Formats: sequence, structure tokens, C-alpha cells
Amino acid sequence: MARLAGRRALFAGPVLLAVTFGVFAIAAASPFDPVKAYAGTAALGADQETLDRLRANLGVDQPFWTRWWDWLTAALTGDLGHSTVLRQPVTQVIGERLVWSALLCAVAFAVAVLLGTVLGVLAARRPGSLVDRAVSALAYLLEAAPVFWIALLAVWLFALRWDLLPAGGLTDTASRQVTFGQVTSHLVLPAGVLAVSQLPWFTLYVRQGVGDALAEDPVRGARARGLAERTVLLGHALRSGLLPVLTLIGSRVPELITGALLVESVFSWPGIAAATVQAATAVDFPLLAALTTLATAAVLVGNLLADLLYGLFDPRVKLSDM
Amino acid sequence: MTARRIRGAAVTAALTAGVAACSAPGGGTDDAKAADSVVIGVATEPETLSPLLGYGKDGNSKIFDGLLARDAGLKLKPALATALPKITDGGRTYTYTLRDGVEFSDGEPLTADDVVFTYRTVLDAKTNNTAKSELDAVDSVTARGDDTVVFRLKYPYAPFAARTVLPIVPEHIAGKQDPNTGSFNTEPVGTGPYVLADWRKGEKLTFKANPRYWGPEPKVKTFTMAVIADDDVRATRLRSGDLDGAVLPPNLAATFAEDGDKRTYEAKSYDFRAVTLPSDGPVTGDRAIRRALDAAVDRRAMVDKILDGAGRPAYGPLPTDDPAFDPAVERDRDLAKADEILDKAGWKPGGDGVRAKDGRRASFTLLYPSGDKVRQDHALAYASDAKKAGIEVKVESATWEVIEPRMGKDAVLAGFGSVGDPDFGLYTLLHSSLAGDGFNNMARYRNPAVDKALDTGRRTQDPGRREAAYGTVQRALVDDPGYTFLTHIDHVYVLADRWDGLTTQLEPHEHGFASGPWWNIEDWRPKR
Repeated sequence: MARLAGRRALFAGPVLLAVTFGVFAIAAASPFDPVKAYAGTAALGADQETLDRLRANLGVDQPFWTRWWDWLTAALTGDLGHSTVLRQPVTQVIGERLVWSALLCAVAFAVAVLLGTVLGVLAARRPGSLVDRAVSALAYLLEAAPVFWIALLAVWLFALRWDLLPAGGLTDTASRQVTFGQVTSHLVLPAGVLAVSQLPWFTLYVRQGVGDALAEDPVRGARARGLAERTVLLGHALRSGLLPVLTLIGSRVPELITGALLVESVFSWPGIAAATVQAATAVDFPLLAALTTLATAAVLVGNLLADLLYGLFDPRVKLSDM
Repeated sequence: MTARRIRGAAVTAALTAGVAACSAPGGGTDDAKAADSVVIGVATEPETLSPLLGYGKDGNSKIFDGLLARDAGLKLKPALATALPKITDGGRTYTYTLRDGVEFSDGEPLTADDVVFTYRTVLDAKTNNTAKSELDAVDSVTARGDDTVVFRLKYPYAPFAARTVLPIVPEHIAGKQDPNTGSFNTEPVGTGPYVLADWRKGEKLTFKANPRYWGPEPKVKTFTMAVIADDDVRATRLRSGDLDGAVLPPNLAATFAEDGDKRTYEAKSYDFRAVTLPSDGPVTGDRAIRRALDAAVDRRAMVDKILDGAGRPAYGPLPTDDPAFDPAVERDRDLAKADEILDKAGWKPGGDGVRAKDGRRASFTLLYPSGDKVRQDHALAYASDAKKAGIEVKVESATWEVIEPRMGKDAVLAGFGSVGDPDFGLYTLLHSSLAGDGFNNMARYRNPAVDKALDTGRRTQDPGRREAAYGTVQRALVDDPGYTFLTHIDHVYVLADRWDGLTTQLEPHEHGFASGPWWNIEDWRPKR
């Protein structure tokens, strides 16, 4: 297990390096002008001298590899640089926002896994039944629906039509404190939407896994011994049916992150999503590089976690072979 | 089977109840709202709250004060200074005396050194201030004792006092940081009526009354600026009671007209929409074409149709409400005159309805920034008016990155407008020395008579001569239009009717954060 983690860590270094280099290269090639992004509307009334002075002060004329190298060497000493667009140190931007994004993702992920498992088991219990067909149809439908579309639909339904839940923000606009109750009520819609967007994958995998397991010899044997349907389903079929889901958990992390970006912008959730979008359109190199590194690291850790879980739960897999 | 179904129903019921319970705090916001707290919805938030980088440079900052401030009629009045400046040396030396007993919100006293530090930092080339050129006239700024500040100018500059609404920052805090990256950008400390309590970027800014404020104590104790980019969402949250007020486009503001609890405020503005007609363009450079377009355009219809009446026709860069506006330049649409001008200049009607001269068709491209609905509508209306005079205008949308390199040859649907003094908006818009200098004088307008009048307006202290000079500029623009001025746009705000003392100022191009009925929120009084 330690060897697997160690090998992955060795592999992660070059990947992260390549990703940050790519970010700087792509950002440098983008048509957005960092000077205009920095100055905002003020740039549209500025004289040439001012624009040139800003260009020089921001150092945006250096080639991107120089800027990448400067950023990298500083980042290795713990200095992630200063975000030009948010006028804050990058560490502060991430520190203030990451916790809210993590909360959103964690809640959504937990809901998706739990609800997906329940629905999958229900569907697998009797293949071809009404429940099975309804659950599968719903899963395929949700799989095809874009996240932002579901999000807008949810705002329209729950916030505008029924006025049940707040349409956005972390707390009520007038409230000055971040209280547990406020955050909870504001979390329901975005986390729900994000969970729903992840739901079909888990549902379909569990349905398939449990369905296959129900047809296998051990399960048929258990049934033949007269064990209760409940014990057979949850004790035998679900346990082996869940194995594929473990791999899925790792591979869903990237989509969870991109999904969160969209959900956060629709619900004006103060996570890192808004910062990411701003960083990209403003060609804010330090912030963009730090956020991409973070996302890449999340994906790598997710994959490692899935493999480790797989090794722990499936007796047929030896971690030393991976 | 039945037992399971019942258990399932119980779970569903519990879940529903849970969701309902969670939503309860969100639903209970609109009752029992205190009149001493105000929540406003605006479309954008400032990048920084540091005046050193340009925040509040036109006054109306709630956290800071300048040496001078403006009243509702935009007249200058003393703020941190005890009186308007003493102007000596033929308009080249401005002397201010500071008010006694003013403290920053951290308890430190304000001194002349803070003023000197503020101006010197803004003027420093290493500071990333986009508006530095507004202080170009300053040669030196020095403190004389603790309470006197002296500005020496490079040349006599009549409207200089209007620049000293620039907010003053504390040297003992901002002086210890890099002005471009320091924490002062997001944690400002000033002398103003409010202090920043909390700023969640992209979501909202919360201000609370400054207990050390030198002026009368504000009755509104806290106010929040919620940042909501989407117009419809802002309107919805205003309707739901989440917001007390918001800046809205005219058509959405109209939906609140029947609402007895809300009042609509239409602030007149200097914010104009105009078409730049580049003097280097082969068609737009022809004075006959420019004059014909000026005569053919139906400004009244644009105000009525595009702005829902919330605006005024623009007969020049100055709005009709400006004291320096010359009523002689008011003119109606005159298609016959447009035809006559073009006939005389040799632009002959062609087969496809577009005129031509020496084999060149009267046709040019008009760019507008994509996503701006109001500018798009103006551009399309302009093209259709031009068509009636036989001039083809091809309308294209693009981002500023695409527009900028093409500004010298193609027309652009531009929007500008500065408050404070005619010099501020007109000099950068029209002076030939600034032709094509960044976003200054985008049309590359060159007219020696206009240059001379602009210089006179800038240098003489005599109000009568200044007014005459700006009259000359406005009349010259009718005779030789480098831009087709279309409309001045009213900025529309809807607010709950719970306070007394709400007024609006004549507003600049930028609005919504510093401008709006809340420009003097510290003077609001709750209604009883």
C-alpha cells in the first residue's frame, strides 16, 4: 500500500509540473488582455501612457516560460504569488474560498453516493420491473442533462416559483454572520443540484453490479439456504456489487470539480469557482496556476484513493501488484 | 411489504419536513426589517477599495473623504479641508487648510502628511493607478505644518479643485505596504462615515457606521452592497424583499411602478452613447458624410424606443442639464438637409440605394462591444437612420480586444461621460494632441478651433470666459462632428420607500456603486 502511494507520488510531480507549464502556455496564447482585465472599466478611458505603464508594472510582456519559472521557484518556497485580478495573495484567495467549495463537493458527493446506491439496489432487485425502468430512465435522462441547465431549473422551481429556498449566496444578503442554519439552507439547492448531476453514474453502476451479483452462484446459494431476501440483497449482492463503484469514486472527481464550477457560478456560491473563471478571463497567471494545480492534485488523490479502497475491499486484488 | 411501504412514507415525510425546516430562515427575511440597515443590489463590485489605485477618485466613497466633496448639485464643498482652496500665483498654486480633530477609523489623527502621501503615491509611476493622468497638472504637493497642504501646478489649471475630491488614505498604514498588492486594497481604513465590516468578493460588501466620523452621526447604521450581475436576478431579489434597492434597466424598473412600497429614481447623467467617426477612415473622414449622419439620426426615437424614455437626446458631449450646455446646438432630425449636404459634396445616389463618390461607396463598419444590449440597439438604429440618407453602416459586434486595434479606421459605438467639470470629459475626447492615445479621442478628431477653445477652458480662471470657450466647442462640433452623439442615458434605481432625504446627482458613465440615490446614505433619515 505504501509502495503504491509512493509510486503515485513520484508520478504526480512531473504531471503537476506539465500541467502548470501548460496553463502558462495556454494563458499566454489566449486573446484576453491582462492589462484591460486588471484595470477593468477604467481601462476603457485610459490614455496610452497609462496602459503602457500598467503593462510594464504588471510584467505581462515577459515570455510565458520566464513567468512560469518565476512562479514555480516562488511556489516551491511556499509563496504562491499575488492575484492581480482579486488584488489579494493567492494563498488568501484559496484559503477563503476552498472551505466552501470543499463543503459543497463533500455534501454533494455523499448524497450522490448514498442516494445512488439506494436507487441502484432498488432497480437491481427486480430487473425489468416498473421501479427498474423508472430509475434507469431517470438516470439516463439526468446523465444527458447539462449541470447548469439543472441548476437554472432548480432556481426557477424552488426559489422563484415556490419560494422554498434561497436562490443564491452563502447567507441571506442582509445577514452579517455566517451561521450554521443560514449556510445549511443556502447549501441545499447547490449541493442538491451537484448531487443530482453525479447521481446517474452511481445508480447505474450499482444497478449493474448488484444485478450481476444476484445472478452469481454464492448469492443463489444463499437464497437456496433460505436466508432472508434482505440479508441476501444487502449482505451478499450489495457487497460485491459495490466494488466497481469504488473505482468510480476516483474517476468522478474531475467531473465533480467541473460540475462545481458551474453550480457555484449559477448560485453565486463564494467558492473557488468564481475565482477560477475570473483568473482565466483575466489571464491572472499566479491564481490560475495555483487553482489548476489544486484541481489536478485532487484528481490524482481521487484516483489513488479509489485504487487503495479497491485493494482493501476486494480480496482478489493485491495492492503489491498494482 | 406493507410495513416497508409505511416506513418508506415516513422517511419521505421526514425528508420533506427537513427540507422545509431548512428553508425557514431563508423565508423570514422581509418582515421586521430595521430602517437603519439597507441592502442594495449592484451589478459590479470594485476591483480594489484603495484610492491609491483609483477607488473613489470622483468622490462619494463611503469609507474615505477627500479634501473637498460635492453636494447634490455637484457643487464643490469643503470636506477634510476647512474651506475651498486659496488659489494664487495666477492659478498655479492651490492651498488647503485641514479640518481640526479628524481621525481615521483606527483612531490616528489626519495630518497634512497623509494628504501629501496620498497624492505622491498616486503620482508615482510604479503605482498601478489608471487615473494618474487626471493629476498630470500637478508639479509638486507639499505639507506646510500639520494642517496645510500646497499644490503647485505645471500650468494654470482651472478645474483642479474638482480633482481634490480624491480620497485621503492614512500614511501610517498604507505607507508600510506596496500600494499595488498590499492588504490595504481589501482592508481599507479611512475617515469616512462608514467602515468596511466584511467583503466577500463576488457576493457582497458590508459597511457599518464609523463611530469616529467627524461629521454628523449617520442614521443608517449598516448597509450592504450585494453584487448581482444579472439584471433579472436583481429584480427578483428586490421583489422578494431580499434587497431594499437596486440599480435596474428601465424596462425592469417599470415593473415596480405599481408597487406602493417602492420608489423609482431616474438619475440624469453625463453618460452618453456616441458613434466615433474616425477622421482617418476613407468614408467617415469626409466632413460631408459626418454632417449628413448628424442630420439624419433620430435621437428622440432612440430615447423613446431604446431607453423607454429614460434618457435625453445628446446634442453634444454635454447633457442639456449641464450649466455649460449651449441651447443653440439643439437640433431635430432633418433628412432633407442630409440629402442636400451629400448632393453638394458629390456623393451621388447609386443603384442599390447607397451613395457613391469617385467610385467609393458611402459605406463603413460600426463596431460595438458584444453583450451590451443598449449599445447594440443604438448601433442598429443608427444604421437604419443612416440608410435613409443613403449611407450604409455595417454593424458588427466584437470584444474590446478586437475593437481596440481597429478603432483608428472603423466606427465604434462608444460610451463615456465624466462629472465635475466640462474639461474632464471634453479635453480627452476631443483634443488633437490626444488623438488615438489609448482610449482618448478615439475618433482621432482634429480641429484647431476646438483645440484652442479647450486650452482656454482649461487655463483661464474666469468663469465667463470658460463658459464661452465650451460654447465654442459645442458649436464647432455641430459644424464638424467627429462623433455622432446619440443619447444621454438616465440611470434608473428602485428603492423601498422607507427613508427621507433621497436625491440623485448628475452621474458619470460609471454608476451603481458610488453613484445612485445612496450617494449620501449617511444623510438618510428613517421614515416614521
